[in-house]
Amino acid sequence: MRGFWKLLLVQARLYLREPIATFFTIFYAPLVLLLFGAIYGNNPTRLFAGRGTMDIAVPSYIGLIIVTVGLIGLPIGAAAARESGVLRRFRATPLHPLAYILSDIAAYLLMTAIGVLLLILTGVMVFHIQFEGNVLSVLAGFLLGTTAFFALGYLVAGLAPTARIAQTVGMVLAFPMMFLSGASIPLEVLPAKVRAVSQYIPLTHVVTLMRGLWFGDSWGQHLAEVAVLMGCLLVGGAVAARTFRWE
Amino acid sequence: MGIAIEVNDLHKSYGSIRAVDGVSFTVEEGEIFGMVGPNGAGKTTTIECVEGLRRPDRGTVRVLGLDPRRDGYQLRRRIGVQLQEGSLPPRLKVWEALDLFGSFYPRRVDGRALLEQLGLAEKRNASFDKLSGGQKQRLFIALALINDPELVFLDELTTGLDPQARRAMWDLVRGIRERGKTIFLTTHFMEEAERLCDRVAIIDHGRIVALDTPENLIRSLGAEQRVVFTADGPWDDTPLRGVPGVTRVEQIGERMVVYGRGEGLVGGVVSALEALGVRFRDLRTEQPTLEDVFLALTGREMRE
Repeated sequence: MRGFWKLLLVQARLYLREPIATFFTIFYAPLVLLLFGAIYGNNPTRLFAGRGTMDIAVPSYIGLIIVTVGLIGLPIGAAAARESGVLRRFRATPLHPLAYILSDIAAYLLMTAIGVLLLILTGVMVFHIQFEGNVLSVLAGFLLGTTAFFALGYLVAGLAPTARIAQTVGMVLAFPMMFLSGASIPLEVLPAKVRAVSQYIPLTHVVTLMRGLWFGDSWGQHLAEVAVLMGCLLVGGAVAARTFRWE
Repeated sequence: MGIAIEVNDLHKSYGSIRAVDGVSFTVEEGEIFGMVGPNGAGKTTTIECVEGLRRPDRGTVRVLGLDPRRDGYQLRRRIGVQLQEGSLPPRLKVWEALDLFGSFYPRRVDGRALLEQLGLAEKRNASFDKLSGGQKQRLFIALALINDPELVFLDELTTGLDPQARRAMWDLVRGIRERGKTIFLTTHFMEEAERLCDRVAIIDHGRIVALDTPENLIRSLGAEQRVVFTADGPWDDTPLRGVPGVTRVEQIGERMVVYGRGEGLVGGVVSALEALGVRFRDLRTEQPTLEDVFLALTGREMRE
């Protein structure tokens, strides 16, 4: 795995040099939280079974960050590296393909995690949000949701012939998901017909799982979410591996 | 001297296009070996098969005693590669690129010294996308040398560079060879091959049509020298045809072109002109070049 750590460090630095990617990964969700917090506050409501709007928003917005990185940032980055010849250049070195892929995944994971941490910190410090779950359990759920969406992102990059198409496809998939999954608007306020559609959106399962684990649900209560996300991870990963190409 | 590269009966097709059609050659340690030919002749396909980046349909390739497909990782530690269509992330800085690529190899040289040698020391903190074409190429050479390779591949190194940058690049390549490395390069500039390479393989339509030192290739052609000048006023050029070595004389407007062979050709022509009392100017001689060799071998001009 020679080269892995250095490559991870460089990828992370390169990510932070892209202002738009950095904004949407790290600062967007906390800013949205501040905005809606200023409007709705965090008083307990009957709609959320005695919890406040911000209590619900924080675990939900984790899904917002995951879909932004997984379906917008990652497919563009992966397809552009292939299209521009960066991958070709790496291929002419003894860098192992696995070291490259793992460092790529780790860099996106790191950025997503920083965004999520800042979101949670904002929620705790500004809105004193409640947390009733188990930290390790929430972390595991976060990793499952993230890797599932990264697999979908690599799938988009692998199937798209160019970076531009990868970008378009990623956005077309990501934006409806953001609004129909409960990631930005709680499912509770959506009409029943929309909620019926939501069940078919992978991001809904990330949001449901994160919200559940955040408030202390057991994994046993979320087997459906786990199954869907594992499916995304396995199918996306398998197709991505088959469609991966160096140039 | 040992053998660095041995290629035997290499074939590679893309669909119905035979990119490389039975190429064989050897590259000796310590030489600059050039593969020259027009775009699409099969140069890049050949070099990429040798580097192990492409799988040949048929034929054998041995590089530093290794099979590039089977022992790829081992081989890539010992070679340096500059790709025709390689790139780096736009915001990657020059020093980061060297630091990163150096980390892929068990053995590496000092990146700072390398930048110094390649005239990139001042660009250490510049992003890749802020470099000029020549600077990018020099950075790619630096990356190709970071592991102190035994064998360096340069694919169309000077394409897109202005003549000055191209000449500077030639000096760099000679410098690499002086440090005891073997160089395999491709180019579609005949002049580059002629000035830079110890031996040249001329490739056309996927086949090697000639392989020798540039001097031998030109000599084997038996091509004529040309003496070109402009004469003032009307005069009779018949006596010129009698000068030893002259084969024919052509008049193109005011310009006279005298074709011939032999050491004394220019002297003979000049003496004859003076004896005739002809006032001439802009006299120069043109030696046959690899360009002429290509024309003679393929019946086509090299330049598109």
